[in-house]
Amino acid sequence: MADVYINAKFVGTVDEPTAFVNDIKDLRRKGTFPLDVNVYHDIAAQEVRLFADEGRARRPLIIVRDGKSLLTVKHLEQLKDSEITWFDLVRQGVIEYLDAAEEENALVAWDEDHITEDHTHMEVTPGSISGVTASLVPFGNFMPSQRLIIGSKNQKQALGFYASNYSLRMDMDANILHYSQAPLVRTRVHDVSGYGDHPSGQNMVVAVMCYDGYNMEDGVILNKSSVERGLARSTYYTPVSAEELRYSGGLIDEISVPDKDVKGYKSEKDYSLLEGDGLVYPEAKLSEGDVVIGRTSPPRFLSSMDEYNLSAAIRRESSISLKHGERGVADFVVVTENEEGNRLVQVRLREERIPEIGDKFTSRHGQKGVTGVLVPQQDIPFSVSGIVPDLIFTPHGISSRMTISHLIELLGGKVGALGGRYVDGTLFESESEESLRKELLTLGFREDGTEVFHDGRTGRQMLVQIYVGSMYYLRLRHMVANKIQARARGPIQLLTRQPTEGKAKEGGLRLGEMEKDTLIAHGASLLLKERFDADKVIVPICEKSGLMGYYDFRRNGKAISPMYGENSDISNIEMSYAFKLMLDEVRSLGIYAKLVLNNKY
Amino acid sequence: MKSDEIQKVISGYKDVLPMSVLEEVENSLPSTISKSNATQIMDETVAAYNAARVNPGESVGIVSAESIGEPGTQMTLNTFHFAGVAEMNVTTGLPRIIEIFDAQKTLKTPMMEVFLNKPHNTNMDTIRKFATSIKETLFDEFVVEFALNIFDQTLRITLDKDILADHDLSEKDLIKCVKLKAKGFSIESTEGSILFTQKGKAGEIKELYNLKEKIRVVKVKGIKGILQVLPVKRGEEYIVLTSGNNLKDILDLPEVDATRTLSNDVHEVYKVLGVEAARHAIINEVYKVIEAQGLNIDVRHIMLVADLMTTNGNVKGITRYGVVSEKASVLARASFETPIKHLINAALEGEIDNLTSVVENVMINQPVPLGTGLPGLVTKMK
Repeated sequence: MADVYINAKFVGTVDEPTAFVNDIKDLRRKGTFPLDVNVYHDIAAQEVRLFADEGRARRPLIIVRDGKSLLTVKHLEQLKDSEITWFDLVRQGVIEYLDAAEEENALVAWDEDHITEDHTHMEVTPGSISGVTASLVPFGNFMPSQRLIIGSKNQKQALGFYASNYSLRMDMDANILHYSQAPLVRTRVHDVSGYGDHPSGQNMVVAVMCYDGYNMEDGVILNKSSVERGLARSTYYTPVSAEELRYSGGLIDEISVPDKDVKGYKSEKDYSLLEGDGLVYPEAKLSEGDVVIGRTSPPRFLSSMDEYNLSAAIRRESSISLKHGERGVADFVVVTENEEGNRLVQVRLREERIPEIGDKFTSRHGQKGVTGVLVPQQDIPFSVSGIVPDLIFTPHGISSRMTISHLIELLGGKVGALGGRYVDGTLFESESEESLRKELLTLGFREDGTEVFHDGRTGRQMLVQIYVGSMYYLRLRHMVANKIQARARGPIQLLTRQPTEGKAKEGGLRLGEMEKDTLIAHGASLLLKERFDADKVIVPICEKSGLMGYYDFRRNGKAISPMYGENSDISNIEMSYAFKLMLDEVRSLGIYAKLVLNNKY
Repeated sequence: MKSDEIQKVISGYKDVLPMSVLEEVENSLPSTISKSNATQIMDETVAAYNAARVNPGESVGIVSAESIGEPGTQMTLNTFHFAGVAEMNVTTGLPRIIEIFDAQKTLKTPMMEVFLNKPHNTNMDTIRKFATSIKETLFDEFVVEFALNIFDQTLRITLDKDILADHDLSEKDLIKCVKLKAKGFSIESTEGSILFTQKGKAGEIKELYNLKEKIRVVKVKGIKGILQVLPVKRGEEYIVLTSGNNLKDILDLPEVDATRTLSNDVHEVYKVLGVEAARHAIINEVYKVIEAQGLNIDVRHIMLVADLMTTNGNVKGITRYGVVSEKASVLARASFETPIKHLINAALEGEIDNLTSVVENVMINQPVPLGTGLPGLVTKMK
């Protein structure tokens, strides 16, 4: 006896639940029952649950009967010859889709060797344990799971050939890697997903060694000559856009070169790159402050009285110019209109990005690193056969992170490059390390992948053999060019008169609470004061009332006390503007915050 | 005893060295030492003492705060379990540090370490007997069943004979304990049970019920507040760890070594043993946590905090109600939690801030009176 539910709704009972469930499964496999219904027998609760609703995650499994997989060699041959398709196998009852509930009743074998009499299903491939991006990591079963996750996340940030129509697109922050290559060490998912059509990295010659410590703490050393030949070079595209907004009263923005009498006119030089239509000409070299799109806006707050007022009728300048630190070449200009029918202009900027110190690189194994130095080819250690690495990776990154897959890929890449073939690194089904080593030996190299190296600067042979090979390296989108920021002076906030925060506002780097404490701990009292001088002000204080006074320039700059007028002494007191602001706020609470002045000396 | 000559040499340094240092040097000098050697040693001691002194203007407070704070970020939040029959868990790590520094009145795991005097601490059996004797045992624990009889207006309590025997008690002993609570009832005892009958006129059932509830929580044996006991071996001797504390009553017991018995409740130590003991309790308790975490913090940083907490003669936590509220500067108080409250109260009292400390001067951007900002001009400028 068991209750039967369809889509969690009670419909009745059955006397023989096991037979009932088996009947449904048999019918479904025969094709007389809908394929997308799953059935789950909850033995403990004595319930049979059928599910036919949408939104269930289901996965395909090969059916196993009497300890034998129903998928036979004949099926595989037919598949190969395109006589049947995947869905024919589903219809024939060789493969079926299970949802999370029905999976509870299934015993799924890992692969054909592990099938026993009790098994009901077998995995289509053991690699189906991982998703698409994780499957793109070669030898993923030779690394800790959390590194695999990092490795697959890194791949999403890699520069590559993201869309073949990139030259017609207006993507925000798009990057194109020059000379992108298909990986030598690949997995089956690379084939299935057509990875070779949109690759996102390059096969580099990698040596695992140290070089004067420039690759310590996850640094990488790049071969400057390789970089000059185009290694990991990319182009950065970003659009600049402007539209003609409509205002009340039929007024409208105008995209054009602003007239000289426009309010807020910059200088003639700033508009020099614009053509007659107010747009920059293609291939114009733009740098910080240059106007990309010239635009003027109608005057603000125009009341009826102002109509005859000449000064108020002047249009405002509202051009789009490059912000602090931005630069590029005008690549592509589009004039179109937006959803509301306003004229919309977009200019795409292009900038070549050559790898430099601080740019981020990673292998596919969560082994990211930042360029520490670019070394000319002649100074880089070279192998006996004359191979000079493109990238030098630190050995200290391996021991703690245990990414053995990184080392195997290096070996596999070497075999692939020397043997002129792709190496299979599919999860759980990869070529064995042993066979790769054997193949390397037959190619005339040491089977452990190491080679004798010489220091490029001294020519001396290195004391140890260096592990060297080819690896698929990715350039990540975090480039110093987008992030570098420094300031000595610059904009301040209106309220507090302290420096602004953030790169976009050309802000300062805050010396925070804990940093302040370190200066105090060192007793560097005057240095601390100097650091916090950013919002220094000199305030005239009335000595009698302790309030802020002012200088009245209508009376020859006489000092005036707010309480005693001219009958008081005023002293100029230096303090932080933030404190002055706090005094104002305290006074707004109704508290008479009185400054009592004293001679410091 | 040193010769008078050497004594004289040592006492000559009374003004430059503290008593404790003098005593230590005196005790470690060999009795045969010559006068010139003794003088040399004393001079070296003075030099070493002066070299170890903190310079004027050294920001000891911030250095202590950083020295405790930085390793503090590595501390775990775990509570630690004793493996044993009667398992006890102890707050350690950051929660315990916060508990001590905030001088919290109720601890998450109040504990004591009870040391015993010589004959009592040598074997496991005696210590176990002692442990069970101090554990607070309630009447409830002996009871199998309470039976309220509505018609007879009686309450019959059935007792567990085995447990009674374990505690070496009889029905009579129990009655003695509850007699005071059962006024207006006549008490009879039979083998394994006690019968309460309401005297005189038949009262309400409620009174019987109240009686039952009152009797349940009557303390039969042990010391109030000692909820669990755990006899353990510490070095050569046996001691008793307790969960729950009552230092005052424990110290009254003749078997207990009052010089070594500890409570982890700083307030209790303060009440029973005084403020100096409380200061030591703070230092020891914090240091215990730090050691258990495998961190390395100089005791003097903790001593500074303990001094700050006890300097008034009572224990104050590092909170806005504790030591922070004692700060002289309005601005310094306002900069630590609830600024408006402090500013308004200061305004009501017309407080003046003399800007003599660090935080205030950072706020108004003046040199802080520390390090290079401390020295002033001797010459007065006109």
